[in-house]
Amino acid sequence: MSISKKNLDPYQVANKIRKRVLNYVINNKGGNLSQSCSSAEIMAALYTRIMNITDLEEPLMPKKFAGAPSATNKDSFTGDDYNGIKGPEYDRFYLSPSQYSIVLYATLAEVGRMVPVGFDLYGKDGYVIEHIGESHSPGMDINGGSLGQAISQAAGVALGRKLKGETGRNVVFLGDGELQLGQTWEAVQAMVFYKLDNMIVIVDQNGQQCDGKVSDVMDTPPMEGRFEAFGARTYVVDGHNCDALAAIANQKPDGRPMVILARTNPCQGMEVLEEKAPTLHFIRLQDDEIPKYKECYAQL
Amino acid sequence: MQREITVYDRNFCEWAKDKPEVVALSADLTGGCELRIFEKTYPDRFYSMGIAEQNMHSFAGGLASEGFIPFVHTFAVFIYRRSFDQISMSIAHPNAKVRLIGSVPGVTSPAGATHQAIDDIAIMRTVPNMTVIECGDVADVESFFPLTEEINGPVYARILRGEVPRLFDSPMKLDESRVLNQGKDIVIVSSGVCTEEAMRAVDALQKKGLSIQHMHVTCMKPFNDMKIMEVISDSKYGVVTLENHSVIGGLGSIVADKMAELGIGKKLYKIGIQDEYMHGGSKLYLMKRYKVDAISVIETIEGIVDEKLDITEAMLADFHFELQNAETRALGV
Repeated sequence: MSISKKNLDPYQVANKIRKRVLNYVINNKGGNLSQSCSSAEIMAALYTRIMNITDLEEPLMPKKFAGAPSATNKDSFTGDDYNGIKGPEYDRFYLSPSQYSIVLYATLAEVGRMVPVGFDLYGKDGYVIEHIGESHSPGMDINGGSLGQAISQAAGVALGRKLKGETGRNVVFLGDGELQLGQTWEAVQAMVFYKLDNMIVIVDQNGQQCDGKVSDVMDTPPMEGRFEAFGARTYVVDGHNCDALAAIANQKPDGRPMVILARTNPCQGMEVLEEKAPTLHFIRLQDDEIPKYKECYAQL
Repeated sequence: MQREITVYDRNFCEWAKDKPEVVALSADLTGGCELRIFEKTYPDRFYSMGIAEQNMHSFAGGLASEGFIPFVHTFAVFIYRRSFDQISMSIAHPNAKVRLIGSVPGVTSPAGATHQAIDDIAIMRTVPNMTVIECGDVADVESFFPLTEEINGPVYARILRGEVPRLFDSPMKLDESRVLNQGKDIVIVSSGVCTEEAMRAVDALQKKGLSIQHMHVTCMKPFNDMKIMEVISDSKYGVVTLENHSVIGGLGSIVADKMAELGIGKKLYKIGIQDEYMHGGSKLYLMKRYKVDAISVIETIEGIVDEKLDITEAMLADFHFELQNAETRALGV
């Protein structure tokens, strides 16, 4: 059954994203939970209020891995069919930190793009709905996982689409840890130089990375000043405010690539998670912690 | 011997004339890679990416996914050492039709260890989906462009700049070596700028009564040329490989792999850069110092046949000192 994104409330979707990821984490005693807390509203806003993408007639089921792309493999595929028709006027989505894959999959399940039972295949051997998603995974069509590369690839796509006269926007989701990479800044300078105003980069500034707090690992403030200095059209916003995110993202292009620094809380909606700080990247639950998290789930 | 200049640039422009999907990217080495004619001829298809190879590679992957065919230019050494993950994940994994054009490989760079690609073939041939090409003369460079039309996936190519000799009169072919001389005693398999050296050595060795089979390899991957394996198998003494590259992982290793797979029990003598870094200097100096020149081939073969052949430099055909184009000379790199 088709679900129209127009009829979805982004805040309800965000809540369901958190619930779906939390349910997985409870059942599997671990996972990328904080990413769902910080980015649920960003993902929900993208899929319900920001991206101009077509609705699907039917939600899709994650397929089995058909081999990596090659000149002879006719069976390989990308996961962008979850984002609708790849037309000139439609937006594209590029997830850079594949460590957020579970959040993207949960989003697709909640907005009617993936069948809910498909989400249950997450991490199951042989399927493309992997922990660290690749170009074949639901909602993706490039490899972002090694960090820093998706923004450059999307910039190449954005230039290519401009050259072809396409009007669709190219949305990149970045983690704030990625702002430490040189390639990110190489990409931003090229995006500004080539006036790629068909790009929207949303950074989930949850202040967290694999080793712990960004401010402890390699602090990089003030980010907005850096992006502005590079010439990007830079905004700072509460990343849990879907309306504010959409209002910024849906402005007319002005010749500059847009960067939205979404300030988020890695424990948003799940106070219980705060005791795991500062290492929130991939949390593990002990048996005696499960009831607390089940209680949290019941309250969501 | 005929030598030509701006071979890559002129042929690229001509070939790309009716191909609007072909675009060129450069990482601040547009003159050094001989791309100025293309830049002037097709300014709308030339993209300056700055000294930012990682972004350039991933960006090219993105362009390729939109149907463009990016030719990515920098020195060979900077293509892979500075940005290997980007080659793997943004270009090779999606099997993108990106052409990575590596200029001044190995001894052809006078600019020292930082600028000399000596292990690029070894590394690039391990990349799934990657085709690896090395040009040795004008005909190789000319035919590289139409050859790429056959390749549905990424290509890494070592390209020559400055004065380039015309050694061959036919186009290169995918996965097929050139037969430059036929003989029974010893097989010489050479590539790139070393082939010219090998040709001079073969000439002198034949005059001394040795029968030499000389093969020139342009296609490092895929490598399934059974003709080479047959002549090695039929040879009296075995095979000498000669390459402008480390003896680990390059042409010598490629030939060794195939010989072992086929169970060809002949001796293999690998002439190349012996697992060390070079330093700055002219091509001729470097070829002598690192023993990848004609005399080194002759010395190796003297050892193989256990006989002094009394061949001197003076007996080899005259060296033609390589001149570089005005811009590369001015840059000094």
